[in-house]
Amino acid sequence: MTADDWVAIRLTAELAALSTLLLLLLGTPLAWRLARSRSALRPLWLALVAMPIVLPPTVLGFYLLVLLGPQGPVGQMMQALGLGRLPFTFGGLVVASVLYSLPFVVQPLQQAFEAIPEAMMEAAATLRAGALDRFFSIALPLARPGLLTASVLGFAHTVGEFGVVLMMGGNIPGRTRVLSVAIYDHVESAEFADAHRLSAVLVLFALAVLVAMYVLNREPHGARR
Amino acid sequence: MIEADLRLERAAFTLDVALRLPERGVSTLFGPSGCGKTSVLRALAGLDRAAGRVALGNEVWQDDAARLFVPTHRRALGYVIQDAALFPHLSVHGNLAYGQRRSGGHAAVDAVVDLLGLGGLMDRRPATLSGGERQRVAIARALASQPRWLLMDEPLAALDAARKSEILPYLERLHRELALPIVYVTHALDEVARLTDHLVLMDSGRVAAAGAVSEVLSRTDLPPGVLGRADDAGVVIDAQVAEHDAAYGLLRIVFGGAALWVGEGGNVSVGQRVRARVLARDVSVARQRPQRSSVINVLPVMLEQLQHDGHTVLLRLGLGSSLESQPRLLARITRKSCDALGLQAGDALFAQIKGVALM
Repeated sequence: MTADDWVAIRLTAELAALSTLLLLLLGTPLAWRLARSRSALRPLWLALVAMPIVLPPTVLGFYLLVLLGPQGPVGQMMQALGLGRLPFTFGGLVVASVLYSLPFVVQPLQQAFEAIPEAMMEAAATLRAGALDRFFSIALPLARPGLLTASVLGFAHTVGEFGVVLMMGGNIPGRTRVLSVAIYDHVESAEFADAHRLSAVLVLFALAVLVAMYVLNREPHGARR
Repeated sequence: MIEADLRLERAAFTLDVALRLPERGVSTLFGPSGCGKTSVLRALAGLDRAAGRVALGNEVWQDDAARLFVPTHRRALGYVIQDAALFPHLSVHGNLAYGQRRSGGHAAVDAVVDLLGLGGLMDRRPATLSGGERQRVAIARALASQPRWLLMDEPLAALDAARKSEILPYLERLHRELALPIVYVTHALDEVARLTDHLVLMDSGRVAAAGAVSEVLSRTDLPPGVLGRADDAGVVIDAQVAEHDAAYGLLRIVFGGAALWVGEGGNVSVGQRVRARVLARDVSVARQRPQRSSVINVLPVMLEQLQHDGHTVLLRLGLGSSLESQPRLLARITRKSCDALGLQAGDALFAQIKGVALM
């Protein structure tokens, strides 16, 4: 593997780790709200969260570019605040990844929260636990399988993204050139052996994390004595 | 005194109750499913928001007039439901410690563990417990949070008869050994007869009758169906064991100046307080004291009230003096017998009691 390939692997891992962390921080409260909401607007929120699943990544990347670009409203606001520009930077990739992988984190979490019987949360309330206490002592531990699934899917999905990265980040070695783009480059330049090696890394990685997830999620509250 | 004035609109009914429950013993809300008894309990706990006022002695938990609503987790109550709702990710010990820690952590968990016989279960996960064990843990968990008030919503309804009889002794123990007011919701009359001190009969979101259990159960003027099936009608009698006839296997129990012989059961000893249940269908009446009868329990009674009910008549019979709080019996006889004897309120009769069950 070339030195550039190693750089791309490291960059991909950093991007996926940071995006997953942000997704868990943002997605957990969001999923909790969605799971408990009885609002009439709930279908709209659910649809918005699910959008990245059905939209072509290029569409998402395009609108992000329009929004965050130098002429875009968010881009102009950021420049006015002295925050610099997001397109074609690592930061831009993180923003794009978080949006793109949002449903893969929020949906498993939401399902895990919805599976917790209301009686369990009420029992905690009658045992003097306040709302925040109930969330951390009951809801989160009971949603552990969903939390794990969300982390794995969020990480793996970010590693595997391509279209959004290309639109938002371009192809700058060491800054925005991630694995999927590197593979594309190798194929474009007819370097099939290099493409093979990187692709195999991704295939093995995907298999390994999914197997690990299914092993860890077996028997959530094991019938141990 | 526990006071609860609650109003709540539900799809099927309007809940509108004013409860005054004694601050000790077991108060039971009894009624058919859908009568609103669970809604009352949830509103007492603050799990659902009804309009009105809830006060336990001088501690006010809800008062709409003063815009006061104490959230559930700040009410010193214990709440036990039908399916236990144990936390699956915690051991039995973890479940008990959950409420104990959050209530200040001074409750003696050991005493609660002893009371409910959980000694060998502390390291087990809820998934490995039987239904009866789960329910005992749920009760212990509620007690470990040092409640001033224990609310129980059909805690035995999910259990079969064998498991029920496994738990009932623990509930009776709770009742005997703790000075903790319990509000108990059930639709099983046998649980009412065994555990209740104060009975509230509910029907379609309203209170149909309320009072001491012996008084409410001996009423003949209740709307049909409020007390369940007609052949379940009967009274409960709180009595004391006066004599044990080992040769014949009988106990003599005394109450309010009267006495009954009952078959010995369990390990009841002389001097102990017991509760007996006499079903209306096991009581017949005669104008004269029956001679040479096989029925050993014959008591002089005064016919207080007759309630016609199809082809049968339900009689309310006063025992002994004419005090309002005197013990009473119910007797169900055929209308034909009633006419043949020409029964009228005020008649002096003899009640023959074929069956007395110690609870």
